[in-house]
Amino acid sequence: MTGISPAVVAASKLGLTFQTNDGPVQALSNVDLTIGKGEFVSFIGPSGCGKTTLLRVIADLEKPTSGTISVNGMTAEQAREKRAYGYVFQAAALFPWRTIERNVALPLEIMGLSRAEQAERIKRTLDLVNLSGFEKKYPWQLSGGMQQRASIARALAFDADLLLMDEPFGALDEIVRDHLNEQLLQLWARTNKTICFVTHSIPEAVYLSTRIVVMSPRPGRVSDIIESTLPKERPLDIRETPEFLAIAARVRDGLRAGHSYDD
Amino acid sequence: MNWLKPSWQALLAIVLCVIAIALGAMSKPEAAALADPTASISYPYLGTKGLMLGLAIVAALISMIRIPSLVEAIVLFVGAHLVAWLLISGIAGFEGTALAPYFLLLTAAWLLGWRCVAVLSGLRPMASTARNALRLIIPAIFGAWILIIWEAVTRGAGIPFILLPPPSAIGARIAGSLPVLGADVRQTIFKAVIFGYVVGSGAGFITAILADRVPFLRRGLLPIGNMVSALPIIGVAPIMVMWFGFDWQSKAAVVIIMTFFPMLVNTVAGLAASGHMERDLMRTYASGYWPTLIKLRLPAAAPFIFNALKINSTLALIGAIVAEFFGTPVVGMGFRISTEVGRMNIDMVWAEIAVAALAGSVFYGVVALVERAVTFWHPSVRGG
Amino acid sequence: MDSFRDKLVPVTSILAGVVVLWYVFAVILNAPFQRDLDSRANETPGAVEFIGKTLAQPKPTLPAPHQVAVNFFENTFLRPITSSRSLVYNAWVTLSSTLLGFAFGTALGIIIAVGIVHVATLDRSLMPWIIASQTIPILAVAPMIIVVLAAIGVTGLIPKAMISTYLSFFPVTVGMVKGLRSPEIMHLDLMHTYNASPSQTFWKLRVPASVPFLFTSMKVAVAASLVGAIVGELPTGAVAGIGAKLLAGAYYSQSIDIWSALVAGSIVAALLVMVVGVAGRIVDRAMGGRPA
Ligand SMILES: Nc1ncnc2c1ncn2[C@@H]1O[C@H](COP(=O)(O)OP(=O)(O)OP(=O)(O)O)[C@@H](O)[C@H]1O
Ligand SMILES: [Mg+2]
Repeated sequence: MTGISPAVVAASKLGLTFQTNDGPVQALSNVDLTIGKGEFVSFIGPSGCGKTTLLRVIADLEKPTSGTISVNGMTAEQAREKRAYGYVFQAAALFPWRTIERNVALPLEIMGLSRAEQAERIKRTLDLVNLSGFEKKYPWQLSGGMQQRASIARALAFDADLLLMDEPFGALDEIVRDHLNEQLLQLWARTNKTICFVTHSIPEAVYLSTRIVVMSPRPGRVSDIIESTLPKERPLDIRETPEFLAIAARVRDGLRAGHSYDD
Repeated sequence: MNWLKPSWQALLAIVLCVIAIALGAMSKPEAAALADPTASISYPYLGTKGLMLGLAIVAALISMIRIPSLVEAIVLFVGAHLVAWLLISGIAGFEGTALAPYFLLLTAAWLLGWRCVAVLSGLRPMASTARNALRLIIPAIFGAWILIIWEAVTRGAGIPFILLPPPSAIGARIAGSLPVLGADVRQTIFKAVIFGYVVGSGAGFITAILADRVPFLRRGLLPIGNMVSALPIIGVAPIMVMWFGFDWQSKAAVVIIMTFFPMLVNTVAGLAASGHMERDLMRTYASGYWPTLIKLRLPAAAPFIFNALKINSTLALIGAIVAEFFGTPVVGMGFRISTEVGRMNIDMVWAEIAVAALAGSVFYGVVALVERAVTFWHPSVRGG
Repeated sequence: MDSFRDKLVPVTSILAGVVVLWYVFAVILNAPFQRDLDSRANETPGAVEFIGKTLAQPKPTLPAPHQVAVNFFENTFLRPITSSRSLVYNAWVTLSSTLLGFAFGTALGIIIAVGIVHVATLDRSLMPWIIASQTIPILAVAPMIIVVLAAIGVTGLIPKAMISTYLSFFPVTVGMVKGLRSPEIMHLDLMHTYNASPSQTFWKLRVPASVPFLFTSMKVAVAASLVGAIVGELPTGAVAGIGAKLLAGAYYSQSIDIWSALVAGSIVAALLVMVVGVAGRIVDRAMGGRPA
């Protein structure tokens, strides 16, 4: 799959060093990565290994200090200006003074879409994340899981082919998380978007991804890339199959290797 | 062309200088001299006009060359201030005769000063001493330019003295009236303000502690205190003057009333600020009310208490000065302001205001320093 | 509203306590003068009659609450509103310059705050002065502004309003700078991912985020504005306004008049703060604020 379609994200020799008051911090070093269209790529690794930073570089929220990055064949900045991706932050980051509907409308207003088109897209994306009926509610009237779904809807409303998600379900409980994982997979299957997904959870990464990028810290780098052999159709109980457990074991080994390398 | 980096300030400054050159005479005497070359009329900027225009243009041009920011800032700083100094010192003896080119040149110099501040604002030095120095230098230049423009405009345009005296005249007045100003400060600040501040803040603090012991009192006093804080308490001044006479005691009484409520409200709020977890911790130590208060709750309340002390430092000065408008013995800052205003000695009023401003800042600064020493552990202090 | 009922009883009992104390002090403070009067008139009233007299002096040291209340009632409701002794009229004079100054001060404060947030040079050079100026007793400038402006022929509403403007723009500037800077980094990043223009970020994020800060600082500003208007009435021997009433009361030792002018000023202040507070709450509710 990766070989045939043109790369959505291509990073080569990517490095990023933060200049801080206590000296430079190397957050990323020598990252080579190609993500093809329609892939679901998870990034997993210990805290501080640069997952967020990598995602932010792809989103042009951070400039790399070495190497190159291209998104949809353009520079990251051009891609951002073309509004090539939707970004989901770790927290829902909804505007408290806007209703759910107006929150989803925010990127559409900024793009300058007509009222009618806005309404149409809001309805479609809220349906997609199962939030129909909550249009007029304010964020604080929704549960944490619903807020996070609203923020996914906001990212989807953009209708970009690339979705960048930074631990979107990190703060949620297991049950809600399972549910959202399932919904996310369905959404991905339906829309054929490319998704980059940061997570701390091995089962989540294995359950969702077509590829799992294992990262290790100091300096942040890619230590392993694992292709998933699971079928595209994945019921929740696929997580008890030997195949699933084998991939999970490989990811865990990758993570351990990254750590022992460090000590 | 990458050795050039144009800035709108420098470009505009050059344009203004060119217009000034085209317009010709800087002052009315110069215009008269130009009109009648045979008459020997003395006029300002005989030898310095070309120098000033040249300096401004050269500084503007140099600043647009791609040179290190620090060098650029120094060039601009020197250029702008030299021009301003020449301009102001040259108008002496010819006040009120300035023509348009004078103001154009002043504006050009100010633009260079602005550019200088902009360049300095853009610097991001690594060393913390340099950063701190910049934090002082940038506002200092800004303040200096307010004075420069004030001086140059009042003198160049000949604004009537009673409307707005130039800062140099105010400075001279301060220097010449030190004994009077000193006596006023002693009367208003060392008697009324300090006494009232200490008693008022102390009473507010003690009341807050009492209120803390009695929840009923606390629930009632907090809304009342919040309400009263918004009222024009200053209006009690005439009553206090009736009760306590013209001398400083009545002013101190006004200050006490004005400082009482902010301290009360803030201390009550601060005593509620310590976290439940810490309070429960003290409970597990079987610590009584007073040890908990002293070891946990007062330190936690310190930022609030200091906030009140800072608010009160300003309120106390205002209270004492305004109360003096209602009657005083013939000394005191408020008295001086109101009588000298009546006599149209506006420079003396400004001198008194400058002293009041200085006193206010020093007062506030002392409280802030004590706060830093006492609440060194608080995030807002540690952060910077 | 549980918390409201929680407060109601303590507040009313404390206020009742204040009134009782007030009466006690009125008797104590007015007693010496009354004794003086009685001995001069060769009267020896009984205790009850004596107390009654201390609470009914025409120019008492401390007027009793009911004397103030009666004076306030007469001057508020019984006089024609156009009368120069009417408190409504005087309060209106002060209120009008308060409101004018407050409006200008708020507008000025917002403009300066927007400048400071968007122009780094202003932030670094002007902001420290704004903070420092908070420590300066600016009310001291009031008489000069009034007199100097009178000297060039500007009198009446404008000079007082200028003092109010001056006093009210500081809190608004400081509050708005805080408010416009209050959006979280994540929200700013979000706008960045949308490639939003600076003006879009300003209107859709910074402005709504600053609204609560605006109203909080407007409450402080409106109170300061009223104080400015009152003090602005002192130096000119202004003919009308709450400050003028205070001054006239002080001049003729009409203590009851002073107190009722004070009550009027306090009511105006409370109303102003309340109106701003209610407006703030309405706006907050309209913007989806969570009910407290
Ligand atoms: N703005 C910044 N300035 C300085 N250092 C930073 C900045 N952002 C991140 N870092 C550093 O870069 C490294 C990588 O951070 P990053 O946030 O990408 O980690 P992460 O893998 O997302 O961790 P987590 O799983 O905890 O979210 C860390 O060491 C962090 O301290
Ligand atoms: Mg992260």
